[in-house]
Formats: sequence, structure tokens, C-alpha cells
Amino acid sequence: MDELISKTLSHLFISLGGVSISAVVGITLGVLLTRISFLSAFVIGFSEILQTVPSLAMLAILMMFFGLGNPTAMMAIFLYSLLPVVRNTYTAMRGVDSSLLEAGKGMGMSRWQLLFLVEIPNAFPVILSGIRVSLITAYGIVTIAVLVGGGGLGGYIYRGTQTVNIGMILKGAIPICLMAVGTDFLLNKVEKKTSIEKRGK
Amino acid sequence: MVKIKFQNVRKVYNGTDVVDNLNLEVATGKFTVLIGPSGCGKTTTLKMVNRLVDPSAGEIFIEGKNISDLNPVDLRRRIGYVIQQIGLFPNMTIAQNIEVVPRLLHWPKQKRLDRTAELLSMVGMDPQQFMNRYPSELSGGQQQRIGVLRALAVEPPILLMDEPFGALDPITRESLQDEIKKLQMKLGVTVLFVTHDMDEAIKLADMIVLMREGQVEQAASPEKLLSDPVSDFVQEFIGKKHLPTNYDVESVWEIMNPNAVTIAKTKGINESIALMNKRNVDSLIIVDENRKLEGIVSVEEIRAAGRQESRIRRIGDLGIRQVPTINIHSQARDAFDLIVNENPRFIVAVDDEDIVYGIVTKTSLVKALAGVVWGDETDV
Repeated sequence: MDELISKTLSHLFISLGGVSISAVVGITLGVLLTRISFLSAFVIGFSEILQTVPSLAMLAILMMFFGLGNPTAMMAIFLYSLLPVVRNTYTAMRGVDSSLLEAGKGMGMSRWQLLFLVEIPNAFPVILSGIRVSLITAYGIVTIAVLVGGGGLGGYIYRGTQTVNIGMILKGAIPICLMAVGTDFLLNKVEKKTSIEKRGK
Repeated sequence: MVKIKFQNVRKVYNGTDVVDNLNLEVATGKFTVLIGPSGCGKTTTLKMVNRLVDPSAGEIFIEGKNISDLNPVDLRRRIGYVIQQIGLFPNMTIAQNIEVVPRLLHWPKQKRLDRTAELLSMVGMDPQQFMNRYPSELSGGQQQRIGVLRALAVEPPILLMDEPFGALDPITRESLQDEIKKLQMKLGVTVLFVTHDMDEAIKLADMIVLMREGQVEQAASPEKLLSDPVSDFVQEFIGKKHLPTNYDVESVWEIMNPNAVTIAKTKGINESIALMNKRNVDSLIIVDENRKLEGIVSVEEIRAAGRQESRIRRIGDLGIRQVPTINIHSQARDAFDLIVNENPRFIVAVDDEDIVYGIVTKTSLVKALAGVVWGDETDV
């Protein structure tokens, strides 16, 4: 039982770690792209290509640089999460009503104030939905990461398939499902709460 | 006195002169309306004042200072700005929206709070009821009221308004026009207002600036513009319905005294007496939370209620007396007739929905008459 809990926690830790890095990098990149828009096609195109690399191949390639272990898994998750985060951030920022920008600017907000008081808060629900998608995908990728020496619940599933032990497979699979459903539920709630249409009604 | 001065200002977009050698002086404390067909450069002219647009050539001065020497961010914080799309921040409450500029200027919390409550009550919106709501819960008219309050939050000496009421329904537009005119006169703020609606311009303006192809075609008071258009273009733009024939008739709106002493019906007896003493009147007009007329109460009635030692605590629970009313859009002559025939102490001037705007007394009639006989000094 203790092993199950520690593996579940490490599964969660690797996923959250990778997605957190990609949230920081991706949101920054997404915001930056709205300022230097000619780069947007390039950056978004590049992260789209990353997304198409099969996860097993991605892990193998990364293993050559980062060796065996959790860092490789986190790196893979970071790369996979980048696209949803960057694309959602960019689209959401571009979608902020131009009258809000004019009002903010006309009232005397500096560029930074406009960004933090108007643009990001109004883009936040969409940015968050990118992070939610990333996190749920990450749970799946961490499962495979056991092949490059990563921890997590993938170990049970791998062992289970080797020994044709359904119980063992389920021991890994059920917590992953619960995690995914729980995350979806929780972040959906936050999204609803921060989204403008629902607010206060 | 000149607040804003445009000197040989030009603005070129893609090789076309949107504003072409514009010279214009906007007077301090006056309501100046920029009007013209679309593409005449009126909005561009407005936006050059707070440097959302910088001129290609020429200079703009505010109180003698060339604004191109000022930091645009600082400049904009001292100039109120209201746009047609309203632009309230949907992620902020009403109070937070109003407090945007005070916060940018680092006002302390209590000062911001007091100011917000003061502003909301100024347009008859209950602060307790509205402060913590979100813009999406308000009607279009209420939203734009907040938009105006937000622009006035730090008492800017200048208020720029870019077709602020263009997207509202006619009834709401009318009442917001009345409110902004009242606020402008009360606060003495210099307003520069863009519209394409001549009715709106005539109703609000002290000076109308009619623009055409980036230049001033005519700048004059509404009266002068109507009676003495300088060109066929002006004549045509004014349109037939504004020709001077039906123009001389004064409305109740123009002759009334806007400083009616009103009290909310939920207020207590003691508050009412204090208000009477303070404003030196012997009757109060009782209104509900929307300034809708409920009736009047006089000092005698309050005294009588006090003697009975009754349980009446709220002014609205006293037997409210009806009072003669007149619509603000009626002709002044109707007010004369009413006062002469029925001899009331005063008439309450209301709009179609019984919202109180002022009172007409014998004194206001005499002033209006004096204005006709000795020239327009009624507002002295």
C-alpha cells in the first residue's frame, strides 16, 4: 500500500513538474508572441512539430541527453505541454476585446499595467484550459516514462503486461484514471469561476 | 479661458490628411461638441488630446503646455476618457472599475472607497447595491454610467467622450445626456465630446464644432449655428427639423431650478429635519432609490408626527402629500399656466418616468422672464 501511495505521488510530481515548467515558459512565450507577432507562426509551428513526435521516440531521444530517470520524463512532458499552453495563451491574448485595451490605455495604464491588469486576467480562463489539457495528457506520458527509468505508476502497468497480471495493470491504471478525472473536474471548476460570462450570475 | 488649443494640427494616415491644419480652442469649463459626417476627423482630433494619436504636424496645448513634452501615461491619468464600447473590465467589480485610476495614482484605500461611494450616489446608484457587482450584471445604460464615473474618479479637469451614448437605446441615451450635462455643470469639468447626432450636440453643447474633411467648418454656440450657418454644408448637416422656427420655445428644463432638495423615502425623521435646516427649506421632495417622485413633506407635517409620539421613523411612512408636477420636456408656458392658476408653492419637474430633475418656482419664472427682457442672464 505504501508503495502504491509513493508511486502515485511520484507520478503526480513528475506530471505537475513538467507542466509547471511549460506553464511558466509557455505563458511567457505566448505573451511575447503577441508583441512580436511575426514569430508566432514559427514558434507555434515548431511546437506543433514537437507534438507529432511519438512519445516513445521522444523519450528515447531525450534519454541520450538527460540519461535515465525522472528529469527525462519531466522534459518530455514539458515539450508536449508547450503547444497547448503557448497556443492557448497566444489566442486568448489576441482575443481580448480591443475596447478594453483602448479603455485601459486611455486611462493611463503603462504597458505592463495593461498586461497584468487587463490582458492576462481576461485571457486567464482560456490559458487555464490549455494547462488542463496538458496536465491530463501528461499523466499518460509519465506511464511510458518507466521505460527510461522514470518513477510513477507506469511500473505496475509494465510489470503487469510482462506477467499478464490484470490485477497489477489495474493497480497502475485506476489511480491514473482517478487523477485525470479529478484534475479535469477541479480545473474546470476554476475555469468556470474565473470566466467572465459566468461571473456573479 | 482656453483649456485645450490646437495649433495648425495635421494628421496623415496613408497619405491622406485625416485632420488638415486644424486650429481650435476649447474653453475651460465648457461643453464642446465635435460633430461631423463620418471620416471628418472628429475622433482623431479627440484622441490627439490624450495622445492616443500623435499629430503628424502642429502643436496641441493644454493650459499652455505643449502636450508632446508630457509623458503620455501621466497625461492620460489626468484626463477622463469615455468610449462608445464602454470598455468596463469584465474581470473587475464595479468598484474596482471605478477605482482603476485612483489605484494607478496610489490613493489610500479609504479615500478610494469614499470616492467610489460618492460617485455612485451622484448618479443615483446605491453604492451598497452596486459596488460588488460585475459589469455583466448591469444594463447598458448602467454600464455607461459607470464608464462615466470611472472617467471622473480622480476629478480630472478634462473629460474626453467618444460617442459615449451612441450604442444606447433612445430613452437611456436621453437620461444619460441629462445626467452628463448636470454632472458637467456641477463639477465644472471641461468636456470635449464627439457625436454624429445633431440633436445630442444641440442638447449638450456650449459650443458646437462642425468638422468637414479634417477642418473646422463652423465653431459656434448651438443657437448661433442654427440661426446663422456659414455654409450650405452646415445648413444641410443641421437638417430641416432644427430650423429656427420652433426653436425659440423654452422648455421647462431650461427654466427650472435643478437644485431641488430631495430625500430618500427610507431616511429618518431627524435626518429630514437636519437636511431642511442645512438647505434652509421648509419642504422636502421625497423620492425612491431611483429619484422617482413619491411626494412632498413639509416641516409642519414632520412636527405633527413628532408630537404624536408615533412609531413613525422613516420619512416615507408619513402621510405623503401629492404635489403638482410638470414634464421637463413641456413648454415653459405650461409651467406659467400651472403656477398662475393653481398657485402652488412649487412644481416638481419630472421626466416621463417621474424621475425628479428640479423644481419650478415663481422665482424661476421671474428669472426666465428677465432673461427674455434683458438678455440671457438667467444662469447668473
